[in-house]
Amino acid sequence: MKTLIATTFLAAAALFTVPAASAAGGSGELQKANIDVTDQAALQRGANLYMNYCMGCHSTEYMRYNRVARDIGLTDQHMEDNFIFITDEDGDPVGVGSLMKNAMGEAYGEEAFGVVPPDLTMTTRIHGEDWVYTFLKSFYVDESRPLGANNTQFSNVGMPHILWELQGWQEKVVDEDGNERLELVRSGKMTPSEYDRAVRDIVTYLSYMGEPMQLDRQRIGLYVLIFLGIFTILAYFLKKEYWKDVH
Amino acid sequence: MASNPDTKIQGGLLGWVDARFPLSQMWNEHLAQYYAPKNFNFWYFFGSLALLVLVIQIVSGIFLTMFYKPDAELAFASVEYIMRDVEWGWLIRYMHSTGASMFFVVVYLHMFRALMYGSYKKPRELIWIFGVLIYLVLMAEAFAGYLLPWGQMSYWGAQVIVNLFQTIPYIGPDLVTWIRGDFLLSDATLNRFFALHVIALPLVLILLVAAHIIALHEVGSNNPDGINIKENKDENGIPKDGIPFHPYYSVKDLVGVGVFLMVFAVIMFFFPTGGGLFLKPDNMIPADPLVTPDLIPPVWYFTSMYSVLRSVPDPFLGVVAMGAAVMMLFFIPWLDRNPVLSMRYRSFAAKFNLGVFVVAFVILGWLGLQQATTEVSEMSLRWSTVYFAFFFLLWFLSKERSVVFSLIAFAVVVGIYTIYDILRFDPSDASLIMWSWLIPTVYLFVTMVAPAFARGLGRDRAVPERVTS
Repeated sequence: MKTLIATTFLAAAALFTVPAASAAGGSGELQKANIDVTDQAALQRGANLYMNYCMGCHSTEYMRYNRVARDIGLTDQHMEDNFIFITDEDGDPVGVGSLMKNAMGEAYGEEAFGVVPPDLTMTTRIHGEDWVYTFLKSFYVDESRPLGANNTQFSNVGMPHILWELQGWQEKVVDEDGNERLELVRSGKMTPSEYDRAVRDIVTYLSYMGEPMQLDRQRIGLYVLIFLGIFTILAYFLKKEYWKDVH
Repeated sequence: MASNPDTKIQGGLLGWVDARFPLSQMWNEHLAQYYAPKNFNFWYFFGSLALLVLVIQIVSGIFLTMFYKPDAELAFASVEYIMRDVEWGWLIRYMHSTGASMFFVVVYLHMFRALMYGSYKKPRELIWIFGVLIYLVLMAEAFAGYLLPWGQMSYWGAQVIVNLFQTIPYIGPDLVTWIRGDFLLSDATLNRFFALHVIALPLVLILLVAAHIIALHEVGSNNPDGINIKENKDENGIPKDGIPFHPYYSVKDLVGVGVFLMVFAVIMFFFPTGGGLFLKPDNMIPADPLVTPDLIPPVWYFTSMYSVLRSVPDPFLGVVAMGAAVMMLFFIPWLDRNPVLSMRYRSFAAKFNLGVFVVAFVILGWLGLQQATTEVSEMSLRWSTVYFAFFFLLWFLSKERSVVFSLIAFAVVVGIYTIYDILRFDPSDASLIMWSWLIPTVYLFVTMVAPAFARGLGRDRAVPERVTS
């Protein structure tokens, strides 16, 4: 019976090791993003890049500006002055307590890119941090595409290489062993390592965005476990005391 | 109802209440003077834990209902509103989602306990029946709840399961329209699933749980030895091997609660998605009727049944097989006619039968999460065969069988699926079909043929008079 129980638990454990699937698929190995969501400077740099390069097409409409400001160490004033670029129907700047929508309509998005650019509030939860990191590093020149770029991680993606002025341009080359890889043919404003850091910062910001309470829950979870540990020990001794007279 | 003389003479508030409501009497009958066997082990924690999870789900559910919007336009965003803007909303929501999976973990372990110690046998058949009904309602409750976040998996998972009814001849299509309240899965469906999830099914669930406990306290608890402790009473009419549930088991269960809540907290605070098993990545995408996900596996607690469904090529027969996989549970008390309750004193063959059943259930669960390749379908068929054979074996192992009967029964059972194998034989999968044929066959050989020749394998042991430790 003991072995039976052990086998059952082992099999159950095996079930839990099923990796989180990457929904959009893609080819090749994922590169490790190695992010640190406790790094406030990275979050601020990521927010800066996101607001300037991504937000025009990709809203994060389940999140509010002031929540982001509070969590990444900015004031509401910082947020209003530097990161809120859109106005409401009356032409006034949207308030810092608003949801982070953007001005791109669905019809326009579909017309321009073939598909409406998705909201990215939860993109790291859908695809995983490593996927997003690899995706942003996998654009290459492809004249056959309407916007001149393709992506090895997400082939025939509708998105242009929006970070080209930072990264420069890559081309797909096949080496003598027949392996495909990307090679930088025109450098951008950043060196490859600077670009890696910039992408890592964006992914850090998006990981925070996917689950803004992730640090809270781990911190609180630790206290809850300590409490439950003490509770269980006390309950155990209480049980022992009561059960002394059961033979 | 013999009322206790002690409770009559009490004065004060309690006396006042007792004269008008049987408070002390209920307290005594169900807790302070409910005599439970003193030898409960680890497996007996899961009944009270199931009750705890039910309370967690109801309380967290009430708070979620305060912020959730059952509207196809608003539902998805309202869940994210709970996760981001509602104070402690993330905690309440993760508690509810973790609780859903933990409910099934606890219930499956509780059911396994009943199978292991024969807790479904006379006089506890009705407790078992109520229990299986609870399991059925729980599945419906979980299914309805899974639609509510209105993500891609909510939508397409519900689509797949609702469409199962489409396979029923004649009435299928109309029935499905009636269930959905629309010609496709829509706002109308979401609204009614919400009503079922927060009112109808929880009410039924609570009533069934009450019936389950009342029936249990009427006949008394079983124990790991499967001995009826009421047959050995002292001069006061109290079972010699019994101890009052309160305080002995209430304090013992408190330890179980502590350990369980630690497991619960580790999942809730550190692995709330359960590696994609409890909350699926695709469900973070709002429902889109125009985009079908590549793979639509059900949540883990349905995947065993889903594998049974997929193992049958004909859709309607698949649904029948899946329904039968659950319905068979109702018949267990009358299939297993062996007088020995506990596996401790059952034969090797009976232990092996139960062990293989657990393995089959887990393997089917894993297969249900996979893309349906040829190998996965073949394995699903083989392990589904084992799953159903378990019930036949429960009956077969009710007593020692003669050599001739064992061989004939073995030949008939193996013959049935072998004929099916010949009919569906496909030369391109020849080796797969042939080697996997061994899975049910070896299992049946060990449980049916081996005990006919090595009698020790099929012989139950003597049950002691009194419980062992």
